[in-house]
Amino acid sequence: MKSVVITFPGSNCDRDAIDALQKINSKIQRIWHQETSLDNDLDLIIVPGGFSYGDYLRSGAMAKISPVMQEVKRLSNKGIRIIGICNGFQILTESGILPGVLVRNQKMKFICKQVNLRVENNYSSFTSKYKNRQIIKIPIAHMDGNYYAGGDTIKKLEDQELIAFRYVDQEGNLTDSSNPNGSMFNIAGIFNDKKNVLGMMPHPERAIDVNNGSSDGLLLFQSLMCA
Amino acid sequence: MKIRINIALKKSVLDTQGKAIENSLVKNLGYSKISEVRQGKFIDLEIAENDHNQIKEIIDDICDKLLVNKIIEDYDFEILSK
Repeated sequence: MKSVVITFPGSNCDRDAIDALQKINSKIQRIWHQETSLDNDLDLIIVPGGFSYGDYLRSGAMAKISPVMQEVKRLSNKGIRIIGICNGFQILTESGILPGVLVRNQKMKFICKQVNLRVENNYSSFTSKYKNRQIIKIPIAHMDGNYYAGGDTIKKLEDQELIAFRYVDQEGNLTDSSNPNGSMFNIAGIFNDKKNVLGMMPHPERAIDVNNGSSDGLLLFQSLMCA
Repeated sequence: MKIRINIALKKSVLDTQGKAIENSLVKNLGYSKISEVRQGKFIDLEIAENDHNQIKEIIDDICDKLLVNKIIEDYDFEILSK
């Protein structure tokens, strides 16, 4: 398996992503955002979390026009698997690779805590190792994680089963109190049409070791290993 | 030309910052006549161009490519001075 982790100025979860990839014995290439060419035979591109360009203008807005994003877009159309985590999710929505937008958390606060997610769909190369409707514990750490999209987009996500994860309570119920940031319909992560791109606000790469609170994120990377 | 681009969240999008400001004005400072507070941002820039149509074209282009996320934001612009 051959993976790329992209670093933008202000990325700070790139090394965590590398740690996760090392756990599944992937070959890893670190790529600076000014890169203008990526290999065609990649198995995975990780757009990591952090605060690219200091979150100036809008989270992810400046990063979307970094040179490497042309390549990410090209390879997403070729079916290469891409995961955008946290700021990476924001970058993927800003660049139009994923629909919708992440706006300011409803309560205007930066939230850093472990949350319960429900795996909405395990028919994907990112989630195949999970059981459908499995409840997993993954940390979040963001200020702009409130997923917003127009009615047509939400309908499409629902109809085509493109919602990957939702925020839930311990029993797996969708409740307002388990929705940390005000996301529409408790959406925590989504796929693109072809399901080769996943964007999610929670950090699976920070949940790969029980000693750090949870290893539930490791199954996501192990799913990719078998895919 | 000196230009000011005004960017604001669409009316249909909840403006949490505007809401927080409104609550402070009304509840903490007692301005009971104030409502509908919205917060936006402006970007000032100069363009070496005098033709109004050309200016509009450039601004529409840069708003489309970077400055504005049209899912949630609207924009307009004004010419501040020549």
